[in-house]
Amino acid sequence: MTVVKAVTCPVCGCLCDDIELTVRNGRIIKVKNGCAMCEAKFLSHASDHRPTKSMIRREGKLVEVSLEEAVRKAAEILVDASYPVLYGWSSTSCEATKVGIELCEEIGGVIDNTAVVCHGPSILAVQQVGIPSCTLGQVRHRADLIIYWGCDPWSAHPRHIERYTAFSEGRFEKSAWRTYINKVKALVGSKKIESAIRRLAIKSWEPAVARVEKSPSQYLSREGRKLIVVDVRRTKTAEMADYFIQVEPGKDYELFKAMRALIRDQEIEVDRVAGVPVEYLEDVVDVMVSCDFGAIFFGLGLTMGSAKLKNIEEAIRLTRDLNMRTKFIIMPMRGHFNVAGANIVSTWETGYPFAVDFSLGYPRYNPGETSVVDILLRKESDAALVIASDPVSNFPHKASEHLVQKPLIVIDAHMNVTASMADVFIPAAMVGIEAEGTAYRMDHVPIPLKKVVDPPEGVFSDEEILRLILSEVRKIKKERMEAG
Amino acid sequence: MDKKPKLKVTLVTGRTIEQGAGKEYGKFSRKYGESVSTCYMDPEDMKKLAIRDRTNILVSTKYGSVVVKAAKSSRAPHPGIIYIPYGPWVNVLVDPETNSIGMPTLKGIPAEVEPAPDKPILSLEELLKQQFRKD
Repeated sequence: MTVVKAVTCPVCGCLCDDIELTVRNGRIIKVKNGCAMCEAKFLSHASDHRPTKSMIRREGKLVEVSLEEAVRKAAEILVDASYPVLYGWSSTSCEATKVGIELCEEIGGVIDNTAVVCHGPSILAVQQVGIPSCTLGQVRHRADLIIYWGCDPWSAHPRHIERYTAFSEGRFEKSAWRTYINKVKALVGSKKIESAIRRLAIKSWEPAVARVEKSPSQYLSREGRKLIVVDVRRTKTAEMADYFIQVEPGKDYELFKAMRALIRDQEIEVDRVAGVPVEYLEDVVDVMVSCDFGAIFFGLGLTMGSAKLKNIEEAIRLTRDLNMRTKFIIMPMRGHFNVAGANIVSTWETGYPFAVDFSLGYPRYNPGETSVVDILLRKESDAALVIASDPVSNFPHKASEHLVQKPLIVIDAHMNVTASMADVFIPAAMVGIEAEGTAYRMDHVPIPLKKVVDPPEGVFSDEEILRLILSEVRKIKKERMEAG
Repeated sequence: MDKKPKLKVTLVTGRTIEQGAGKEYGKFSRKYGESVSTCYMDPEDMKKLAIRDRTNILVSTKYGSVVVKAAKSSRAPHPGIIYIPYGPWVNVLVDPETNSIGMPTLKGIPAEVEPAPDKPILSLEELLKQQFRKD
């Protein structure tokens, strides 16, 4: 039995690199320091349901074949297609993405990563207005005001608060963990009093009014690190916060505009903006302007609503305005562990971060035209390769419909929903567990991923499988050229 | 006349920790299936529909309709907002329009909810068969 320390977790954009794994007989049996998702992923490598053989669909059923046969079939599909889509990439290594781009150029297809249905709008906004940002280390050591806007790290990035923001012990800023514990104790106490009064049947008793109706100043006046959450529902993160602003769905844009006006000392002639009383907004803006180092983290609450990139542009402009008065940064909460890496590799190889079209022989980028959901909705693609991703679980139904109707190649460690509909399925080693690689954290810091255990026999890494397909594609093209 | 109550709501999709851990256990696991075929509702909205916790409901949008299980939201109050985690069930309901930027609208979609205690929730296999018919 061996204990492997300082392992990087390949789940979300936090890339926590302090995981300890206990390995016995080539199996991970214990995960220490990780969150629920981390533990589930590390333990899943030894799942009994894991496919270890390549498969091809024959007469409607997936049947096991040799790796060579699957690679040959995949290469034939890609060579025969005139407009194939290569999609996924955010849960694999940068090295695999690099080979993927080479393959895409070779076959003249479109390569797109999951950012397109995630922080794609954020990237578009950054291209419009730039982004004042920093590394998470800076936030950990210096930030005294943290704002989570339209994201719920408790659920999606469970250790973000503890490692990088409000509950982390920084060099210049202390953890707000104790304050939170005291608050929880006080809350439990007040709930007990409330229920006691209810039991005594005092009918006229009115429970405390909703929190958004209380003035923020009483919550935000204390010393030390402060946490504000803006969301449409009271998420678990919101419960930890010093102050929670409940915004009406789809009205974040108005709230940003109002805050920007208040920072410039302009008057707002309405009582409420996006359901929030203006006087409370004034208090919040005061706290924002008077902090020493503020950090805004935003999530899909801003990118997935109808305002999409306009929300992010406004959020970045708000940060820019705040920088006239104090120090503020803004950062998207990237979901998959290497979605930032997929964008970075794509940018340095092709010039563009996602939705890159090679059909004319050179890279073209026009989100809305060359982005995968639009291509599928217009029914233009005639084959697809999906790697380390499960679009059928995440795309609108109409888009998935076209994806599964055309020849579909899936490379994944698990039999996911998309893989169950594949025409060619090739099982892959899990990057960060059974294969090495590099991944970029949400703040664009590259972090190496470790190989902890061996993959099942005959199972290769994404990078190796893509190389096999690429060389097979070149071989087929050469054969056909020679045959005239 | 015994007319079934219907409620107009706003549909929000997103991540829950159960969905996050469920997807790592495996997409065909019960844990994942149950976590993403659940619709979190405000208790007041459930009262309006006269339904209890864990009753099946039919959620419909302009794009499709699907049966899921209603669950009392622990994140209330959020009247008029329903929350279904990302997954094959909610994909039937979301707005595919990308407004020419590549991103479909996955949050803030107008929807309608009605009780459907007699209608079953499809299993993932059944749902895929119904939606895609590939076999």
